[in-house]
Amino acid sequence: MPGGKVTVDGHVVEINDARNILEVVRRAGVKLPTFCYHSELSVYGACRMCMVEVEGRGLVASCSTPPEDGMVIHTNTSRTRRLRRMIIELLLANHERECTSCERSGSCKLQQLARQMGVTKVRFGQRDKKLPVDDSSPAIVKNPNKCILCGDCVRMCKEIQGLGVWDFAFRGSKTQVTTAFNKPLAEVACVNCGQCVAVCPTGALTVKSEVDRVWEAIQDPHKVVVVQVAPAVRVAIGEEFGLLPGEKATGQLVAALKKLGFDRVFDTLFAADMTTTEEALELLDRLAKGGRLPLFTSCCPAWVKYAEQFHADLLGNLSTCRSPQQMFGSLVKKFYAREIGKSPRDVVCVSVMPCTAKKFEARRPEFTTDGVPDVDFVLTTVELAQMIKEAGIVFNELEPEVFDSPLGMGSGAAVIYGASGGVMESVVRFVSAHLTGSDVGRVDFCPVRGMQGIKEAELEIGGQTLKMAVVHGLANAEKLIGRIKSGDAFYHAVEVMACPGGCLGGGGQPYPNSTAARLGRMKGLYALDRAEQLHRPQDNIFVSRAYEKWFGGPANANTHHSLHTHYYPRRRISGKPVEVTEHREGRPVEVSVCVGTNCYLKGSYDILNRFIELARQMGLTDYVQLRGTFCLECCDRGVSIKVNDEIITGVTLDNAEEVFKNQISAKVRPHLLV
Amino acid sequence: MEEKGRKFGKLQEIIARHGGQVSHLIAILQEVQQEYRYLPEEVLAYIATALNISPAVVYGVATFYAQFSLEPKGKYVIRVCDGTACHVRGAEPIHFALRKELGLSEGQRTTDDLQFTVETVSCLGACGLAPVVTINDQEVYGQMSPEGVLKVLRALKSGGGQEERREAHA
Repeated sequence: MPGGKVTVDGHVVEINDARNILEVVRRAGVKLPTFCYHSELSVYGACRMCMVEVEGRGLVASCSTPPEDGMVIHTNTSRTRRLRRMIIELLLANHERECTSCERSGSCKLQQLARQMGVTKVRFGQRDKKLPVDDSSPAIVKNPNKCILCGDCVRMCKEIQGLGVWDFAFRGSKTQVTTAFNKPLAEVACVNCGQCVAVCPTGALTVKSEVDRVWEAIQDPHKVVVVQVAPAVRVAIGEEFGLLPGEKATGQLVAALKKLGFDRVFDTLFAADMTTTEEALELLDRLAKGGRLPLFTSCCPAWVKYAEQFHADLLGNLSTCRSPQQMFGSLVKKFYAREIGKSPRDVVCVSVMPCTAKKFEARRPEFTTDGVPDVDFVLTTVELAQMIKEAGIVFNELEPEVFDSPLGMGSGAAVIYGASGGVMESVVRFVSAHLTGSDVGRVDFCPVRGMQGIKEAELEIGGQTLKMAVVHGLANAEKLIGRIKSGDAFYHAVEVMACPGGCLGGGGQPYPNSTAARLGRMKGLYALDRAEQLHRPQDNIFVSRAYEKWFGGPANANTHHSLHTHYYPRRRISGKPVEVTEHREGRPVEVSVCVGTNCYLKGSYDILNRFIELARQMGLTDYVQLRGTFCLECCDRGVSIKVNDEIITGVTLDNAEEVFKNQISAKVRPHLLV
Repeated sequence: MEEKGRKFGKLQEIIARHGGQVSHLIAILQEVQQEYRYLPEEVLAYIATALNISPAVVYGVATFYAQFSLEPKGKYVIRVCDGTACHVRGAEPIHFALRKELGLSEGQRTTDDLQFTVETVSCLGACGLAPVVTINDQEVYGQMSPEGVLKVLRALKSGGGQEERREAHA
């Protein structure tokens, strides 16, 4: 990195390892407008908003130009001003300008910069063609007509989450950001983390709102509406009402929820303390019995879906614990409802989450009681803020109130669940007290805190060294898993959160959901933990009572039924199979060989070839329809094939002939006789 | 073995020949399109799997270049050159006449019976022969006119050989 000095608008500024002119200019007290620049993503240089004039070079995009000693930079000239306006105008010409009825009105960067640059009219016409809106996903809505092609979502999904669900397709004026084959978002590998929504500067990507359905439930006199609030919400909702990221607003939040008409205002912290207890005991059990290690956390629904799609062989390593949201839902529908004399059908469980993937999680068919979902509706922090605004509640003037009993009490160990490393620290707090019997109130386990992508820590406990890792961002998770699978690293426990910073940076948090905001929220959460009276889950008397009353203690068969779950390999993308034989009606036996990634890597292609050969040798080509299919969702059990409706797993090149004879040609034989 | 089995074998062979390298994606797509005559979705998904990249990337590349088609093409691909020279010498009426004769609706490029595909191309580098029409990149017809192209089309429909078409054009 170059040293030296540059002149910015007449002031001399040290370069000091700045990566680009944009950063140097920022240090000179000038914030250049940008759409496509995010310090945590790669530099793209697409939007051209950050152009500055450099003497001797003319106009350059400051985000993608490194500073050099002696550069004379002008940020505010008649040329830069004129061009910035022009760029906004051109972007607006391609943008569906229905600002008054747009979800992002007020938090839209395009709107904000248009005003900031003084754009009062647009000289160009509007597009007459409208592209369809994709609302197939339970969490994210895509309106391509509002997309300005900055590519922020593309890079976020690819670089931070390692998924690459979004990419540019088509060309020139027809360019779009879309999924593979333009498929509905619900049919591709999207894990619903909402980080694309967090970086989208316009209303092209928004969170699917459940506000109206919650209003309906609140106003239904026959329903008891119970609400739970995740830890990361309390340090972020204030941002919607002018507070700083991390400023505590728990009391006002509770008061607002009561004013909105929720019948019981409970805290997800209660369930988080149970999660810590169950998960820590699960870890100790695996350590003692030689169970599968490392134990991966399972609180993050985006990570869980990712693991189901990409690491079926690790599903046995995922903690069977449900996430705090789902433990809470289960408690409400299975026990609390009964306690207040209601059927699960008449109790509506709403959760307020920083997360968009929780909307998907709540719809998973495993999480139901008597056929009704354990969690009926999931609101994001932003959606709740909207309800508060809609109801005319003056948030900042509310007298702080406290959560209701009995599900409204949580320890500091549950508060920090909202930050990356929080689950691990909570487990450490539980385990160290559980094993040593010490009554130290708070064990601060700092190695797992902070924004570093992969954090590692060791802890001496009960005579053995416990090795732990904490990752956030699924690309970091992928890196770590690679190291674990190759044997380069070993851990006993791994915490994975999909969003940078953990839940506090979730896709449902207020805009701007920047690194600075995330750091503020993180500080806020640790401050809340320090202020709490209890710091360990086992000190939460309400949790202990609930364990005794409803389950007869923690980590037993009863909790296993209500607080734990299973995971299933999941295909990444919908679509047709590759026909390997000409498709013809009336072939009696249909054989699909899985060519999804897992099976492909295990040589399913060779097996398919072997089948082609065998069919020919045995003269069965007219009777067997062969195809390559994408994922039979048995990824953890070797190459799988489907013969008519039956799935056979563990096929190898060695047993292919045997499988073909016993399973395929045997099914053809009756048809040969006819 | 049947046609599809052969194609599938070829698909895997092409990927293997390129060592499954992402940097060879465009070359792989070109060769696969030679086999299938277009790029079926499931084949693109298979390529993404084999190259261990997101299918969205493969889709992005395949839709970016005009040379790739994600829809099946007709038996005869008729290309009307619409480069500057051909355009000023009347490529548009030729294109229009073809589309009208084949009953192609707006945005449709291939007839429902998968016999004909009509495309425009930006320049074939045969400006001296403008306006130019090619068939299956094999036969080149220069100094074309709407009437002339319809004669060639009729000759194609009647199933005659290349000679017959040459005669029709002459």
